Amino acid sequence: MKVTFWGTRGSLAAPSPETVRYGGNTSCISVEGGDGTVLVLDAGTGIRSLGHYLPSNINRVNILLTHLHMDHIQGLPFFMPLRRAGVEIHIWGPASTTLTLDSRLQKYLSPPLFPVNVRDLSANLHFHELPGHIIEIGDFSIQAQLIIHPNPTIGYRIECAGTSLTYLPDHEPALGSRSFPNDREWTSGYRLAEGSDILVHDTQYTDDEYQTRIGFGHSSVRHAFQFASLTGVKRFVPFHYDPTHNDDDLDRMFKNAIETFTPSCKVIPAQEGLSLETGC
Amino acid sequence: MSQQEIEVILSRHLAEYLAMPIFIVNPAGDLIFYNEPAEAILGTRYNETGSMPANEWATNFKPTDHDGNAIPPEKLPLIVAIKHHHPAHKIFWIHGMDDTMREIEVTALPLIGQANRFLGGIAFFWERSRK
Repeated sequence: MKVTFWGTRGSLAAPSPETVRYGGNTSCISVEGGDGTVLVLDAGTGIRSLGHYLPSNINRVNILLTHLHMDHIQGLPFFMPLRRAGVEIHIWGPASTTLTLDSRLQKYLSPPLFPVNVRDLSANLHFHELPGHIIEIGDFSIQAQLIIHPNPTIGYRIECAGTSLTYLPDHEPALGSRSFPNDREWTSGYRLAEGSDILVHDTQYTDDEYQTRIGFGHSSVRHAFQFASLTGVKRFVPFHYDPTHNDDDLDRMFKNAIETFTPSCKVIPAQEGLSLETGC
Repeated sequence: MSQQEIEVILSRHLAEYLAMPIFIVNPAGDLIFYNEPAEAILGTRYNETGSMPANEWATNFKPTDHDGNAIPPEKLPLIVAIKHHHPAHKIFWIHGMDDTMREIEVTALPLIGQANRFLGGIAFFWERSRK
C-alpha cells in the first residue's frame, strides 16, 4: 500500500512560510492499494489537493473519518470527486448515540455554516456507521475501534497482504491512566496498533503544553513515543501537529524525543507530500 | 492479552479517581477491575488478584440478607444488571476478608457502549453500617 500525507496539522490549518516543510493543511492521508482501491483517511483541508491528484475518471472513493471535529471534515466539500456525477463516494465514520453519521455531517454541510447542502453534491453518497464489523474494501481489511478523544472517535487499522497501517490522529491514551504506558490490556488503541508496520499517531503537544491541556484528547510527544514503544510498531509517524508549532519547533521536539527515548522503531515525522510504501 | 473496550477503560479511569467502592465486570460477570475502596471490602488487592471469575468474587465476601440468609450470586445487583440489562439496587450484608460485617447499599448498571454494544456492568457500593 502507498500512504501519502496531504495534511498533517491538527486543530486549525496553519499555512505559513514557517510551516512549509511539515505542512499547514489539516489531517488527510490517502492509502492506495495495488488493485487501485483508494482510501482517504479524514477530510481535513489537505483533501482538496488530493482531489486534484486522483484521476478524473475514478469511479469510487472511500473516505474513512475518525471523527467529526472541524479539522477532520473541513475540506470535504472541496474534494473534487464529490462534484462529479457518477462517482461513488462512501463515507465511513462514527454516529453519535442519538444522531446518524449523515445527520451529524449535515450540521456542517448546510447553511449557514456552508452554502451547499450535502444532498446537492453531484456524486452518489453512501454513509456507513462505525464501529462495527471488519470492513473489506478492495484488497484492504479494516478494523475500526473507538479510542480516547472527546466525542465518539475511531481509530483504524488497515491491513493488506500481511502488512498494516494504524491511524490514530487524535488520541490521548494517557488520559486518567495510572498504568500508562505499562499495561497493554488497559491502554486505548493498543489492539489497533499492536505490531503495526506503520503507526500514524497524534503528537500535538510538548510535555509542558500537555500539563495545561489534559483531557483535550491529544498526546504529548512523550506519550506518543511511549505508545509506539508499548505497541511494538516498526515505523512510527508523528502526526497532527499543533498549529503553533513551526518547522523549527517540530525539528527540535522530534530530535529531543529520539535522543531521550531511543526508540527501537524508525521515526518518520509526517510531512505534506511524504509517501511511504509497505506490503501490497 | 486483549485490550478492553474503550468505554470500559474510561470507566476504570473514573473508578480509580472516586472514593466509593466500584466493581466492573465483563459481560460474563467476571470481575475485571475493582478500585482501592473496593479492595477494603474484598480484602484483596486488584494488583495481586487481577480479574476474578463471577462465581469466585460473588461468593468471596459472603453476601447475606438482614436475616442472615445467604444471597445466591444470581440475586446480587451486579449479576442482575448484566443478566437482565437493567439497573438493580439492593441493601445487604457482606462479610469482608478483614472479618468485618458491613451493611452495604449497592447500585449496579449495565454498561451499554456506542452502537448499543453490551460491555458488562458497573456497581457502586455504599457502606451503611458495620459490626
